[in-house]
Amino acid sequence: MSTTMSTAAATNAPQHLEKVTLGRSITNGLRKAMERDPKVVLIGEDIGKLGGVFRITEHLQKDFGEDRVIDSPLAESGIVGTAVGMALRGYRPVCEIQFDGFVYPAFDQIVCQVAKMHARSLGAVKLPIVIRIPFGGGIGSPEHHSESPEAYFAHTAGLRVVSCSNPEDAYWMIQQAIECDDPVIFFEPKRRYHDRGEYDTSAASAPRSLFEANVLREGTDVTLVGYGPVVKTMLESAAAAESEGTSIEVIDLRSLSPLPIDTVTASVRKTGRLVVVHEASNFLGMGAEIAAEVTEQCFYHLEAPVVRVGGANIPYPPSRMEEDFLPDLDRILDGVDRALAF
Amino acid sequence: MSDNDVVQQTAPAGATTQNGDGGPDMIQLLTPEGERRSHPDYDKYVVDLTPQDLRGFYRDLVLIRRLDAEGYALQRQGELGLWPSLLGQEAAQVGSGRALRPHDFVFPTYREHGVGFVRGMDPQSSLQLFRGVSQGGWDPTEHNFHLYTIVIGAQTLHATGYAMGVKMDGNVGTGDPDRDTAVICYFGDGATSQGDVNEAFVYAASFDAPVVFFCQNNQWAISEPVSKQTRIPLYQRARGFGFPGVRVDGNDILATYAVTKHCLDEARNGNGPLLIEAYTYRMGAHTTADDPTKYRVSAEVEQWKLRDPILRLKTYLAHEGMADETFFQSVDEEADQFAQELRDGCINMATMPGETMWDHVYAEDHPVMEAERAAFLAYQASFEGAN
Ligand SMILES: Cc1ncc(C[n+]2csc(CCOP(=O)(O)OP(=O)(O)O)c2C)c(N)n1
Ligand SMILES: [Mg+2]
Repeated sequence: MSTTMSTAAATNAPQHLEKVTLGRSITNGLRKAMERDPKVVLIGEDIGKLGGVFRITEHLQKDFGEDRVIDSPLAESGIVGTAVGMALRGYRPVCEIQFDGFVYPAFDQIVCQVAKMHARSLGAVKLPIVIRIPFGGGIGSPEHHSESPEAYFAHTAGLRVVSCSNPEDAYWMIQQAIECDDPVIFFEPKRRYHDRGEYDTSAASAPRSLFEANVLREGTDVTLVGYGPVVKTMLESAAAAESEGTSIEVIDLRSLSPLPIDTVTASVRKTGRLVVVHEASNFLGMGAEIAAEVTEQCFYHLEAPVVRVGGANIPYPPSRMEEDFLPDLDRILDGVDRALAF
Repeated sequence: MSDNDVVQQTAPAGATTQNGDGGPDMIQLLTPEGERRSHPDYDKYVVDLTPQDLRGFYRDLVLIRRLDAEGYALQRQGELGLWPSLLGQEAAQVGSGRALRPHDFVFPTYREHGVGFVRGMDPQSSLQLFRGVSQGGWDPTEHNFHLYTIVIGAQTLHATGYAMGVKMDGNVGTGDPDRDTAVICYFGDGATSQGDVNEAFVYAASFDAPVVFFCQNNQWAISEPVSKQTRIPLYQRARGFGFPGVRVDGNDILATYAVTKHCLDEARNGNGPLLIEAYTYRMGAHTTADDPTKYRVSAEVEQWKLRDPILRLKTYLAHEGMADETFFQSVDEEADQFAQELRDGCINMATMPGETMWDHVYAEDHPVMEAERAAFLAYQASFEGAN
């Protein structure tokens, strides 16, 4: 990681608290990164005049020019493949994939090229590429617009994979991802783009490293771990459980690769019970890896098997059925009950 | 049209600009003013059209424009999640769709509601994906109309493979009109940048596949003008892949019909593949989720209004005495009725119960599907017990 943006302790500058949406926080983070480093360039479909279909790059082309905010031809393999070339030439490309379901034409470039070049060159080649992917469901869209493909990427060595869940993290994590010398797949919880959060926009440094988990709520009975769009649902579930006398610890994983498993195992050693939540299918999803790690590392602390609350093992359903597919408050609490009942 | 014709056609200045008129190479049989232009190569495909056929074309155009308007309204009223409008592209869709034979096969994008309509699809079909009750929902073999494909360009390879199958079956170039089969594949100007589309061109050429690539150049891929995708007019791309390409006025139903008929015949006779670039315009937003005022000027839209595909056919029909006010009125009334049925059908379209999610994931029994369905039903039952 380069040193232009420190992740060290905060400065004494006066706080400037602002209420910002998650989407706008990414925009602001991109802007900061572009101001700081002229080598940061954005590339993607419709990101220029339109500002992207989610308006994350709104006004950036006007302010930084067409060379730094590049409307790409309609070809995802082209977006990522040319980003590799730009990175080889000293740029720090930030790719926007329009929707989760449209990253697959670029899959070959990501897993065969982006992920491996540093190793193949014995460290001579660095690929500081960020690939932003709005992911997850719950927005009532037709197929290919609601998927959670994170496990494919987390499974691929050479890639780092993160996901933000709230505005403050979104603001800092995108900047940290851009500063990272490794390729980072950056999953954005699209159904939370309009959620607002208040944070200190004048802070000089990020509150924590990009690859650290964050304990959002302490508890003693059950640990809930998830990332991205379900974090908010987990917090709501924990609040609901509290009124029924169950104390839930909520962990926002934030990084899927590397996996900040120590935060999870520390919590499980305390609570003895773990429920993992994500929208992606359970089968070989992040929950499977977390369950395996936790079982290996704190078997004797477990009071119950690790419970997974995830999407069904089916293609994402038609949107009018998605409520039956997505982990919601009831399904999370059902998972908690199952962990407690064991 | 021979390959050489294509070679001699050079890029007219402004060929890829939004307000260009399509240039001198564009095949046109009906001017925007509704005047019939003759063409040495293509007249023969329309001379047999009777006044009744032409009135039928007009009816198709009006009905699918109405289908589109209802799709838009239903989305605004919350009955559909999204609607991709075909406004402005009616002639490209009806002209090409009407040129097909029943046993030809169609691979659409997500915008070909008009092609589906003329293929005999239940108009509700195109609504269900956007209502969110299905991710497709029809049997493609029923009307030889494949499922919509949202992933840009993917269907061009499917069409090519299907056409390769047609050829392997020996259903090309036999001279038997009931047997010789062509495949038509729709895609947009933006799609031409995708690797899949370029691979489809290579495969189709390599295997002499009986496929007609039908590119509706509506000048925009969401916010990106066609100039972002290509330096040369799109029909000229075909040349580099070794097959003929032709630009047709996509707002001229006669020309679109004639050119598509010609190209389908060529494909059926073993002279495929071919590329048609239907030069047209996306009059509305990309979808109901889009705001085109962010990236294009209204003057451009106004200019294209003058090339409206329905108006020009109407003028022609009236001028030639092939239809009168009573006819036009009756079509409007039919459209009202059609719209009402469409609305009622859409609003009453049932959502499948949650447990059906697992029903068709695999062709054969799969233990995980059974287990998850059972767990889902048990979970639901646990609420009923609680109440
Ligand atoms: C692989 C892929 N990438 C991105 C998208 C998002 N997207 C949907 S439509 C569209 C533009 C398509 O433009 P064009 O091919 O010209 O067809 P049109 O929509 O104009 O009919 C884009 C980028 C997608 N559906 N699939
Ligand atoms: Mg287009």
